[in-house]
Amino acid sequence: MKKYLVTIAAGAALCLTAGAAMAGPTLDLVKKNGFIRCGVNPSLIGFAATNDAGEYQGFDVDYCKAVASAVFNDPSKVKYTPLNAKERFTALQSGEIDMLARNSTWTMSRDTQMGIMFTGVNYYDGQGFMVRKSQNISSALELNGATVCVQTGTTTELNLADYFKANKMDYTLVAFENNTDVNNAYDAGRCDALTTDASGLYATRLALQKPDDHIVLPEIISKEPLGPVVRQGDDEWFGLVKWVGFALVNAEELGITKENVEQMKATALDDQAQLAKDPSYKAKGSPDAARLLGVDGTFGQSIGLGNDWAFNVIKQMGNYGEIFDRNIGAGSKLQIARGLNALWSKGGIQYAPPIR
Amino acid sequence: MAADGVAIGTGTGRAPRGSILNDPLFRSIIIQLLLAAALIAFVWWIAHNTIVNLRRLNIASGFDFLWERSGFDIGQTLIRYTQDSTYGRALLVGFLNTLLIAVLGIVFATIIGLILGIARLSRNWLVAKLATVYVEVIRNIPVLLQLLFWYKAVLSVLPNPKQGFILQGDVDPLSPFRWLLDKVGVTTGPSPLTFHMPTVALNNRGLLLPVPVPGPDFTATWIALGLAVIATAAIALWAHTRQRRTGAQFPTFRTGLALIVLVPLAIFLLTGSPLTFDAPVLKGFNFVGGVAIKPEFMALLLGLTLYTAAYIGEIVRAGILAVPWGQTEAAYALGLRRGVALRRVIIPQALRVIIPPLTSQYLNLTKNSSLAVAVGYPDLVSVFSGTTLNQTGQAVEIIFMTMLVYLAISLTTSLAMNIFNRRVALRER
Amino acid sequence: MATAAELAYVQREEEPILPAPRSEIGAFAWFRQNLFSSVGNSIVTIIAILFLAWVIPPIVRWAFVDAVWTGPDREVCLPEGVGACWAYVNAKFAQFIYGRYPIDERWRVNLTGILFVAGIVPMAIPSIPFKRLNAIFLLGVFPVAAVVLLTGGHFDISFDWLFGLLVVAALLSGLVVAMTTDVRERGLAGIVTLLAIAAAVVAFAYGDGRDTVGYFAGDVGRGGLVNARLVILVAGSAALIAGLVAILRTPGEPGAGRVGALWIGAGVLELVFFALTIDFGLRPVETQLWGGLLVTLVVAIIGMVTSLPLGILLALGRRSKMPVVRFLSVVFIEFWRGVPLITVLFMASVMLPVFLPPGVTFDKLLRALIGVALFTSAYIAEVVRGGLQAIPRGQYEAAAAMGLKFGPMMRLVVLPQALKIVIPGIVNSFISLFKDTSLVLIVGILDLLGTVQQGFNDANWTSSKTPATGYVFAAVVFWMFCFGMSRYSIYTENRLNTGHRRR
Repeated sequence: MKKYLVTIAAGAALCLTAGAAMAGPTLDLVKKNGFIRCGVNPSLIGFAATNDAGEYQGFDVDYCKAVASAVFNDPSKVKYTPLNAKERFTALQSGEIDMLARNSTWTMSRDTQMGIMFTGVNYYDGQGFMVRKSQNISSALELNGATVCVQTGTTTELNLADYFKANKMDYTLVAFENNTDVNNAYDAGRCDALTTDASGLYATRLALQKPDDHIVLPEIISKEPLGPVVRQGDDEWFGLVKWVGFALVNAEELGITKENVEQMKATALDDQAQLAKDPSYKAKGSPDAARLLGVDGTFGQSIGLGNDWAFNVIKQMGNYGEIFDRNIGAGSKLQIARGLNALWSKGGIQYAPPIR
Repeated sequence: MAADGVAIGTGTGRAPRGSILNDPLFRSIIIQLLLAAALIAFVWWIAHNTIVNLRRLNIASGFDFLWERSGFDIGQTLIRYTQDSTYGRALLVGFLNTLLIAVLGIVFATIIGLILGIARLSRNWLVAKLATVYVEVIRNIPVLLQLLFWYKAVLSVLPNPKQGFILQGDVDPLSPFRWLLDKVGVTTGPSPLTFHMPTVALNNRGLLLPVPVPGPDFTATWIALGLAVIATAAIALWAHTRQRRTGAQFPTFRTGLALIVLVPLAIFLLTGSPLTFDAPVLKGFNFVGGVAIKPEFMALLLGLTLYTAAYIGEIVRAGILAVPWGQTEAAYALGLRRGVALRRVIIPQALRVIIPPLTSQYLNLTKNSSLAVAVGYPDLVSVFSGTTLNQTGQAVEIIFMTMLVYLAISLTTSLAMNIFNRRVALRER
Repeated sequence: MATAAELAYVQREEEPILPAPRSEIGAFAWFRQNLFSSVGNSIVTIIAILFLAWVIPPIVRWAFVDAVWTGPDREVCLPEGVGACWAYVNAKFAQFIYGRYPIDERWRVNLTGILFVAGIVPMAIPSIPFKRLNAIFLLGVFPVAAVVLLTGGHFDISFDWLFGLLVVAALLSGLVVAMTTDVRERGLAGIVTLLAIAAAVVAFAYGDGRDTVGYFAGDVGRGGLVNARLVILVAGSAALIAGLVAILRTPGEPGAGRVGALWIGAGVLELVFFALTIDFGLRPVETQLWGGLLVTLVVAIIGMVTSLPLGILLALGRRSKMPVVRFLSVVFIEFWRGVPLITVLFMASVMLPVFLPPGVTFDKLLRALIGVALFTSAYIAEVVRGGLQAIPRGQYEAAAAMGLKFGPMMRLVVLPQALKIVIPGIVNSFISLFKDTSLVLIVGILDLLGTVQQGFNDANWTSSKTPATGYVFAAVVFWMFCFGMSRYSIYTENRLNTGHRRR
């Protein structure tokens, strides 16, 4: 009977509702809807921001698209929900969105007390400071007495308090609800320094009146592992989103790119065919690539998808490195160095468990 | 006899074949029962959903977080607060900040509103028109937009700390008239009124004011002030009884004012001015010391005051217009002077009309102060429903508590104003 | 004793009226009387003139003389000494109106706007006839058309919805059965009840077990949908016809109007639902893409339309003799009036999802709308209560003496008088509502102000002049709407102010 009470109440409230089945797994709902509902930042250049045509673009947005590619082989099957810091987890908890890719920091309390789970880290970030060049300072330790602008409701705010306390420095806090307000206040000279994740600093600087008048200080005062988030209680969906992320990193490690993925798959298929004929045949491609591209094994089925899931993701979106470069790295206006986000084999800490 | 009559009347008046459904009493009971049942079902449904959701999603609940360490700082605090304080204390800080802006806003808005109301009734055409234009412009633009505008305006007008305005050093109040004094040849050097001015600075970090720090001998001044207040009260009482007995008046107000101002001042000077100032000093990035009135606070206060004043102006105008002209004439006919007529006849009657809408404007201002969140002033909503909510994720508890606090403020203010209203209300025979 | 003849001079005809003294007429006199009547007055005038001389020239210079009107990006606005950067408003104008509404689909917004103006203008001008038809268009046809045009229509109404709707219909007709005294009507209503229950059972049985409602129908789950829509269409038409028949065939019989109205209402409701499910071939546009003035007007207009009836009901409830009803109304009104709108919006955005059963979520804009409507209705209720209290008790007693029950008494006697008195108050509440729509930007819905503000961070347009220009633009737009409403309210007030003036 309760179901019908719900119906009546919802019906009376007009029919603009969007629904989601919590009874069944998220993947079923996504498949039935025909799209993924993805929560993103309303405006953070490089990570998620609208272009002139009003379409979302960016690093986080590409993660949504990658998941859509895995499920539908079509990166456009995503409905974006712009969310501010306050709403983001509630929207996920309530089923308004299927996944959140909104530069959110993975912390223990979020992972354990809020009914959500981080599927991994797509960007290892850390909190930094931006100041005016005219201040003539070169270290965050010279910020004693400064006025600092920050966005409320973020881990940034807590790190800021810890950092100044640990270094026995004073500061005056100016906190805003929206990132836009923080940037505007800093630009208007309200604060001496602006603090947020280092990636955000680079993005923010682009939108200042005179970007060249500002520098980002070298200190990184916190660990900010950013990653996609899903609801607790649906392990299948959790696994899917997690492994799409791993697939991107594995692809980069194996040298599979958007360009050569077709060819790699052809090679793997060829290898397989040759091997079937001649067991002593020496394979041209790597067995890891064959497993990733769905030529060998049934890894796709184990997460509820076709075996060509990773192939589709790479064909549509490219590998992790390509996504990084295109949106925030060397190929973008932000010019962020790979740093920690380089592969483990290249001095960074991006490391994906193997597919086998 | 009468009772019998009634009994007969109702006893036989009942319609012979009326369905129980047509009985108003029965109907009203049924309707009320249905309504109550529907409401209880609705509340139960919501509570049930909430509990299920919280449990299913493993979201923390309860009020224990209030005693946990908050870990964040707040830009402006009236009481001691650090990142090591609890969320509960953050709530208190936000609440006090809300009260501060509300009280100051109410005071200023009332003053400006009063002036506006009188200006709109002015016989000076230009003044009346100016006031009208002000009211019509301000009332038809969203207050949020005005706050954002003022914040931008305040920030863009004020320079950075290093180029800001500073007032300090020796200040001679007579210096503007120096040329005149020189011409007359009264003085040549600095006048005896010259005093040392503690630093006052104005820049985009705020208006920085010195904080008076009373020395050990300052107690004497406090005592003098207390005695003066007691003496004034005694004089007022004496003057009142004397006036009732003899009709003779006594200038209580002026005497009292003189007592309260002059006596403590004399003691203060006699004990050797035991008052120092903690003045702001430019050090590094910013001024250190003193007290800062931040731009966020200025913008919020300015915006709320100017907005509410437009409404209060209209209320005052309506209130004054509501007092018939005959009352004024009657007061004059009794020989009352203009001031007395205003104080004793017109204003008390106008207040009757003014107070109820004025109350709701005061409440509106208090509620509008929650828009502080848009200009970064740490009020209750910003600190508690904003930062605390984000850090703990306990939306249900926090929003409910915020609403309860505002409800409490509203209901208390309404109650106080109702009591005041009852005192000035017309006592009809 | 002097006689008339002895008097030296007797005026026998009226003296010609002399022109007023020079000092009392013309511009000079006007100045003297209005600006310089006394010393104090003159000083005040001079101060005011100085004030104007200080304030107006910079404003004019900023807004017109030094302003930049067109330009490709912020470069034109960067130089020192530039006033308003109207080029920003110029470049973003379409966004300020439509938000991110797809460019190819904007004609739909325009058409909705035209329909609205076509409905509201003749409604607002008293001398234009056919008010009843006009009202039906504005309150019945237009909303459905607007919903379909703006969202794209083609809603997926699953069987559960239909089931719920039919259960409501059954309950309503059951209520009629209980309340009516006429035997024939009882029979008719009973049959309708049974039919509705049967249809509900059929709908439920045919349901494919889905307990979800997709946002738009898309390509999924069409199989059962056709049947569901057919049931709605048939049931709705039947109810409509039955209602009309009930009213037309049995004029004057007690209860006939009530039964007819219920059926017509149920029929219209179901037909509206049917209309919403039709695929008009319009591309669906999510509310996330709406923005700018579009959102401001949608929130304001829907808020006004829903809060007025709710407010009247609450006001009646607060004056009811039934303690439970009165208590609940008082609590409801005082609660909404006691909290700031911003907390209500926070509640709608972060708390409502927790209140609903798992999986049921509301559109973000709709949640804000509900919050705004409930909030405003409490204020309207207090305004209307003031009007109700101003109606002398004699009116109630006279109506009762005429044998009118509660409903007709309110509809025919009390409310027409009360509402007439409170029109200014209601319009004031509407103006407040219109202004308050700007608060939705705090919960991340981009209304006019939100869109303007978002543009400040566009790297192409960030400059120190952009914010002030944007705010002034938004202020002018808001001002025009609010000022227009307040003037119209004064006009209506004067027009309706009949028969209450003492002659």
